[in-house]
Amino acid sequence: MMTVPYADVPIEEKTRLFEEVKADARYDSYLYGCYECGICVAACPSARFYDFSPRKIAQALAREDVELVYEQMNDDVWNCSQCFSCLRCPRGNSPGGLITIMREVAVKNGLRTTREALAGYTRIIYKIMTTGTQVSPDMLQEDAFPDWGPGVKTVSDNLALWRRALPPETMHTTAQSWQVEERTIRELYAIWKWTGTLDMIAQVDEGLHDIMEEVMDDALEESGIDLGP
Amino acid sequence: MASDTLNKALNVINVERRGTGVETRRTFTPDPEQAQDEDLREAVLELEREGEWIVQRVPEPYYEAGTKYGRKKKIPYEKTWHHKSCGQCGHIPGYSTSIFWLNRVLGYDYFDPRDQTSCTAWNYYASATSNQAAQAAVAMRNFAAAYETGYFPVIHCGTSFGHYKEVRHELVHDHDLRRKVRAMIERLGRPFVMPEEIVHYSEWMYAVRDELKARVVHDLSPIVATVHPACHYYKLQSGDAIYDPEIYGGQRTAAVTAVVQAMGAEVADYSTWYDCCGFGFRHILVQRDFTRSFATLRKIEVMKQEANPDVVLTHDTGCVTSLDKSQFAAQAHNRSVGVPVMSESQFAALAMGAHPFRVTQLHWHSTDYRPLLAKMGIDAERAWAEFQDDLQEIEAGRLDYLTWDRVL
Ligand code: SF4
Ligand code: SF4
Repeated sequence: MMTVPYADVPIEEKTRLFEEVKADARYDSYLYGCYECGICVAACPSARFYDFSPRKIAQALAREDVELVYEQMNDDVWNCSQCFSCLRCPRGNSPGGLITIMREVAVKNGLRTTREALAGYTRIIYKIMTTGTQVSPDMLQEDAFPDWGPGVKTVSDNLALWRRALPPETMHTTAQSWQVEERTIRELYAIWKWTGTLDMIAQVDEGLHDIMEEVMDDALEESGIDLGP
Repeated sequence: MASDTLNKALNVINVERRGTGVETRRTFTPDPEQAQDEDLREAVLELEREGEWIVQRVPEPYYEAGTKYGRKKKIPYEKTWHHKSCGQCGHIPGYSTSIFWLNRVLGYDYFDPRDQTSCTAWNYYASATSNQAAQAAVAMRNFAAAYETGYFPVIHCGTSFGHYKEVRHELVHDHDLRRKVRAMIERLGRPFVMPEEIVHYSEWMYAVRDELKARVVHDLSPIVATVHPACHYYKLQSGDAIYDPEIYGGQRTAAVTAVVQAMGAEVADYSTWYDCCGFGFRHILVQRDFTRSFATLRKIEVMKQEANPDVVLTHDTGCVTSLDKSQFAAQAHNRSVGVPVMSESQFAALAMGAHPFRVTQLHWHSTDYRPLLAKMGIDAERAWAEFQDDLQEIEAGRLDYLTWDRVL
């Protein structure tokens, strides 16, 4: 007999998450039904590499199969490369866009598999949310990128000097991709707060959330930006 | 092969070879009625008339480029505000440095802002630790910052470009979202501004390709390039990307290819051109087995087998990173890889005499680029020695940093 994955999760909870996915303003323009043609699968890089199928994502949602959608939110969505090659869909669907929404709901609800999928990634969240640039030159360390060859060590050994050997004035940085003004960063913090993005982080990594909140609150206090009620 | 025969015939009768043939008899006639994504420009202007936002106009004079379904897109020549890409600066700073250098060489006024954040879409597509309103607010904050300088945004990154096109689409169609984002931008004391066009730097390259061609100093005729069109450039909001009937019969985007061909190099075709580079957003950072396998097995090896290029050219920082860095591990397994990867901005700069280390900053790249430089007639050893002299001057404190006057 086949066992239903995540049988311990009540159907009401699975339905609630499915309804949250469906309630996203973008949902209706990302799913128009499905021909089951598989064109999206043929174009999909992740389908070549993993047991993963954008067709199944579109179908599960179209059929409102809440059990399968829940399973996909746990076991499939993080395989997607978000390349949007599946926009070749003749039905006008965006399986990749549906996955973006499913991921967002998975994060907001702190699914265990989401925390696992993002475990190695949280330092990047810290970087992007606190500096306004996603990666920085000083993240190029050989222990983090051993598969990129000895060039990584050469870069990190020479980093500060090589950064100064760049003609654009904004790029003499090592801890940020480019110089970002204080005011700009504070405005970004305000956006994260207003939109509940910072709260989402608490679902993924509470410790990280607390550190970031402290950094942001201190900066915002001095900024004069009216954070409102 | 039929295309070889045709090329030979064209050479004999001395016809200038233009355009890249594709092995299909189908022709594509742009038809605005067929567009999957509507032309949003009228809606953007209508919203301005209704007082919803300010529309920042493309500064004149501008170039009018064709897009997939036939509408013309305005591309500014100058007064451009350069929205940098987070990937480029950490890993491939020559990408943006070359864009700036080209602007300077052509005498175009541009602005390199500090009041700019990343679009944060890399993080969004990697971790979903954000949401629609936050992403739109980040975009509109950057657009406001550009507007306040009087310079028009030009986006360096393929993903930022695609993501901003998505954001524009959502803001036009979703009244609630627009109100919410506008309230945030106003609380920041900024104007609520939508640019008349969302422009990628490779579209600017396309617009100025004849000017670039006129300044080529190295013979590019022996150079064979393969082009990786960046997914987020042309797959997201597909109607808003540059297409040209002379390039791939108008069936694929003309970005990158048209420029490289105009400058005199050969662009060779390969069958997996539609495949992504394997970047994966999350994968490149924490699950690189996927990135490495896809970038080498589905892209570089296929290019090698079918076209044997001297260089791979693309127009997105993530694509340059995955296609370049992934080759090291594959080389260790004796796979058929080993092709340098760079942006067409770097390649164009090299062709126009830019210094390979001071300007195109090739020492940040992983795969060996020296055979390419040799084939272009550039003395890599001498250039490296010159660059070492610069570094010594900086280290000795005689120079704060490398200045533009040294590289122009
Ligand atoms: S966006 Fe995801 S589902 Fe769509 S083609 Fe890319 S990897 Fe596949
Ligand atoms: S391409 Fe579209 S219609 Fe075809 S299987 Fe995929 S989602 Fe369904």
